[in-house]
Amino acid sequence: MKLLESVGRIVAISRKEIRQLRRDRLTFGMVVAIPIVQLVLFGYAINEDVRHLRAAAVDYANTQNSRLLLADAHASQVIDLVRKASSAEELEEWLRRGEIRVGIVIPADYERRLEDRKRHGRSARPLAQILVDASDPATYGSVAGLLNLPPPERPGIQPPRWRYGSAISGVSNPPPTFEARPFYNPERRSAVHIVPGLVGVILTMTMVLFTSVAIVRERERGSLELLITTPMKPVELMVGKILPYVLIGLIQVGLVLGVGALIFRVPLRATPQDTIVAALVFITASLTLGLLISTIAKTQFQAFQLTFFSFLPQMLLSGFMFPFDAMPRPAQWIAELMPLTHFLRVIRGILLRGARVVEMRHEIWPLAVFALVMLTLAAGRFRKRLD
Amino acid sequence: MSESAEQVIRSQGLTRRFGSLVAVDHVDLEVPKASVYGFLGPNGSGKTTTIRMLCGLLEPSEGKAQVLGLEVPKEAEGLRRRVGYMTQRFSLFEDLSVFENLDFLGEIHSLKASHRRSRIDTLLERYRLADRRKQRAGTLSGGQKQRLALAAAVLHEPELLFLDEPTSAVDPENRRDFWESIFQLADEGTTVLCSTHYMEEAERCHLLAILDHGKLVANGTPQQLMDDVDATVVEIQTEDPRRVREQLAGMTGLLSLAQLGNRLRLLLHREVENPVWQVEEELDIDAGATVQVVRPNLEDVFVVVTRDEVS
Ligand SMILES: Nc1ncnc2c1ncn2[C@@H]1O[C@H](COP(=O)(O)OP(=O)(O)O)[C@@H](O)[C@H]1O
Ligand SMILES: [Mg+2]
Repeated sequence: MKLLESVGRIVAISRKEIRQLRRDRLTFGMVVAIPIVQLVLFGYAINEDVRHLRAAAVDYANTQNSRLLLADAHASQVIDLVRKASSAEELEEWLRRGEIRVGIVIPADYERRLEDRKRHGRSARPLAQILVDASDPATYGSVAGLLNLPPPERPGIQPPRWRYGSAISGVSNPPPTFEARPFYNPERRSAVHIVPGLVGVILTMTMVLFTSVAIVRERERGSLELLITTPMKPVELMVGKILPYVLIGLIQVGLVLGVGALIFRVPLRATPQDTIVAALVFITASLTLGLLISTIAKTQFQAFQLTFFSFLPQMLLSGFMFPFDAMPRPAQWIAELMPLTHFLRVIRGILLRGARVVEMRHEIWPLAVFALVMLTLAAGRFRKRLD
Repeated sequence: MSESAEQVIRSQGLTRRFGSLVAVDHVDLEVPKASVYGFLGPNGSGKTTTIRMLCGLLEPSEGKAQVLGLEVPKEAEGLRRRVGYMTQRFSLFEDLSVFENLDFLGEIHSLKASHRRSRIDTLLERYRLADRRKQRAGTLSGGQKQRLALAAAVLHEPELLFLDEPTSAVDPENRRDFWESIFQLADEGTTVLCSTHYMEEAERCHLLAILDHGKLVANGTPQQLMDDVDATVVEIQTEDPRRVREQLAGMTGLLSLAQLGNRLRLLLHREVENPVWQVEEELDIDAGATVQVVRPNLEDVFVVVTRDEVS
């Protein structure tokens, strides 16, 4: 009975919220306009140079020379070799889950290939393979610089003159050391990278703003004083206010992805269920952040300022504007606390690399924890009081 | 229990501070059942703050209050279905229609759909809003908004109704109608606590408390208050009020002097003997003024009880 009344009140609040939203032309317009304007603005973004990409390697040869090659690749600072894989399959798996951006495969016949290269020059096969998560074109651009890394050899064995390249040995234009295998976005179009990210950015902007303003508006217009003298409970008010925006958030996701697929030919590799699950978790996280703001701000203007204050660092540090791997360590730590950072990894993983949501669970649970913390803080702060 | 059934509201030393400002200062109240209890005081005297504390919306800094037998703010949740509150500011949703506003609140109060509809219809009839049913609340006139707010406050048939300056945005005719509605509610058994800064409204109340600077400076029936006023009221009819004022300026025992057109209203200390003669003494013989003692009205009560604070 109590529960039924509770549900009745939540539905009443949601319905009222939707009615008001429908009559507020400007806000209603923003629901549609924000995603489309942003999509057009960011659709053609600029590539950046990236360093310290997380990388792993599988070394089938495991000779001194192959180890030297890996050490040199690491020393280039373009990649950070953080793990060793036992097979190429494992490497690809890590790549898909977003745990690494770059994988190096050194074949078992590495020494043979090294010899061939000295003898046949141009026509020889590449020495090893680099797997790149090219869904971020910037990543691919940086890795391209590694392809011609001169293969080092153990000083004792190596003829000294060879060090200075093929010109001395008479072989012109040796083949690239690495053969690149771009994954997920072979044409390396930036829209492919930007559009899924934009889903996160737009949700961050609109979800936080709408909820943060939703309760403050009641306070400012005086209706909160009326509402808190009714039997309505704080959590009912919060849930009732949030629900319509969950729906709006999903509509926006559909809008961005639909337009992205139509105009920018972004491939959508995820199942709709996975997309919805990922979006729901993130929408909830953003809405609860908005709720917390609404319990802090006294006026709509303050709510707007606080929303912007929370939005800007997410925009800058999440990996949307600047590649995550290129940021200094402390910035990365801060970014790990932000919902957008995790959502970007999830949505890129499932949309571009075709990963399943369950495979991305290591990025989902931080979002869930974030939402829980925010909701607890917000409900703790909201009192049925005016002081 | 029998006591709290008699007294719907009781408070002891109810106090609220905002920083160093004492908005409500040790207020003791007793509001009997089915009475229309007036809260008279100028702006900033603490009427709204007191009502908010009684509703459980603000925490008292000191003191206690029991409303309908429940301690506020601790047990305020138990009041929600039994109390109606019409806020000083119009607090319904301007972008919803008259009906939608009432329907929403009915749902929040968990009124059954059929009962809700019939109750809303009754109230729209009673408060002459039936033809405004579909109109957005924001586009209503002052009087219509006020009647809608009253309908919203009584929708769930509360035992106790708080009205915070309900008539401040309303013309005199609407104000009279409104008071008719309030007495109708009291006749039906609802206790009404209504704040106002209009004397003629205060005079209608069964009981009255006068607030000034957060202090309860007087209470009782309006008649009692007027009978017990601690001053003599003298009225002077004159052609030249300015000159008469000047002549009276230094008079001993003069508490206050107010001009109303060609009349001057004087409040004199009770101790002043033979007041008419005393006043005439002060005036020039050629002033052409008629002096007489009159019955005190509520305004006089107010001036007398708030005088200490002003000076
Ligand atoms: N939330 C608040 N914060 C600070 N001061 C307040 C607050 N609410 C009321 N006050 C102050 O308390 C005093 C009493 O206000 P109020 O109860 O609204 O008076 P009234 O309703 O009689 O006009 C005023 O001086 C007002 O400025
Ligand atoms: Mg007030």
